[in-house]
Amino acid sequence: MASDRAITLRVNGRSITTAVPAHRTLLEALRDAGFVDVKRGCEKGDCGACAVLIDGVAIDACLTLAWTAEGRTIVTAAGLGKDELHPLQTSFIEKGAIQCGYCTPGLLIAAHSLLAMSPDPSEDEMRFELSGNLCRCTGYSKVFEAVKDAATKMAAREAHHD
Amino acid sequence: MDARFDLEMPESCEEALTLLAQDGAVPLAGGTDLIVDLRARRREPRLLVSLDRVAELRGIAAKNGRIEIGGRTTVTDLVRSPAIATAAPSLVQAGMAFAGQMVRNAATVAGNIASGSPAADLVPPLLSLDADVTLISTRGERTMPLAAFFIDYRKNAGQSDELIRTISWQRPPERAVNAFYKLARRKGDAITVTGVAVTVAIEGGRCTRARIALGAVAPTILRAQQAEAMLEGKALTPALIEAAAHEAAGQSRPIDDIRASAEYRRHMVKVLTRRLVSQAAERLG
Repeated sequence: MASDRAITLRVNGRSITTAVPAHRTLLEALRDAGFVDVKRGCEKGDCGACAVLIDGVAIDACLTLAWTAEGRTIVTAAGLGKDELHPLQTSFIEKGAIQCGYCTPGLLIAAHSLLAMSPDPSEDEMRFELSGNLCRCTGYSKVFEAVKDAATKMAAREAHHD
Repeated sequence: MDARFDLEMPESCEEALTLLAQDGAVPLAGGTDLIVDLRARRREPRLLVSLDRVAELRGIAAKNGRIEIGGRTTVTDLVRSPAIATAAPSLVQAGMAFAGQMVRNAATVAGNIASGSPAADLVPPLLSLDADVTLISTRGERTMPLAAFFIDYRKNAGQSDELIRTISWQRPPERAVNAFYKLARRKGDAITVTGVAVTVAIEGGRCTRARIALGAVAPTILRAQQAEAMLEGKALTPALIEAAAHEAAGQSRPIDDIRASAEYRRHMVKVLTRRLVSQAAERLG
């Protein structure tokens, strides 16, 4: 029981091979592999600090066993932008949506998932999709401003590409 | 995590059932309850059988007026399904008030039912829809009313080798209202204080079906059957609705806890039952 197994995880476009036991969570495996932008928070699914995208779906990495993520595409907050910051990241900086920064990676992931579904989200949609991310600094107003701002930037970029 | 266990990831339901027939094996679906319990050492299974790769357990189908959802269907699947939006509005309302995005993306219908929590938000809507649950194991398959599945606090009729394969129900009649209200301390990411789901159908000025399901006010989620019986066959006058709501409150057996007092919960059963049945009566004219 609980013997290690070598698994290969695709994270932010890289392939990571790591030997982990069945009980290792994806959160632990990612942090051990150096992806420390994935934060350890409540470890109960309440705070959203450990959110990552698995095949495009936002999931709490603390509730996911590493073995089950093999063969999936994992994106952490640091992997959202390619060569430059993602519009969500620049908007979070410009709008002051970051204070201590601990909840920020999870919020970026949840917000990314929201915008993928709904490129111009209403206030209600933002509150609904971001309610699983706790932030004790910002009071959320600046987070919503940043998400709105990023949505506008992304729409403009989209129009430019057309 | 400190807990120790083995993990298997079968690709078919058949393979999963063979694994679950072993001693100390438990199914792992979304993990939003089970992983938390493992970490806290509330449960110590020997083997987890992940259902992640068992695609046949996930999905929503509508045929011949019957809705059937696979046990592995997530809360997000429910909230985004046009079929559920028309056939079970209460289930969408419960999904919209369910935890946060990441949990909704992982948590499953079967997991919410099997958790046995009195505050499991998908259960009052399913009880208000007269849902059946189909259990499957290597020994075969059996279907029972969901109401019969719940035995006591966190105790259900499922055996350790059984999986919840599907949950199904007959679509409510055309002139029916199906609704759920979750009372909690916040709108998002909160545990239910009192949850009430109703289905009300009216034909020719009389109530032809009344279902009232109560969450978080007893050791199990329950139907207020005496209150339902008071409404069926009658015209839904304000006085009758008031009396039935009072009866529903009387059938609840709430406790005091950190979220609310028993007295407040009982009072809110009455308020929410009255509100939901009145709104239904008004809409159906």
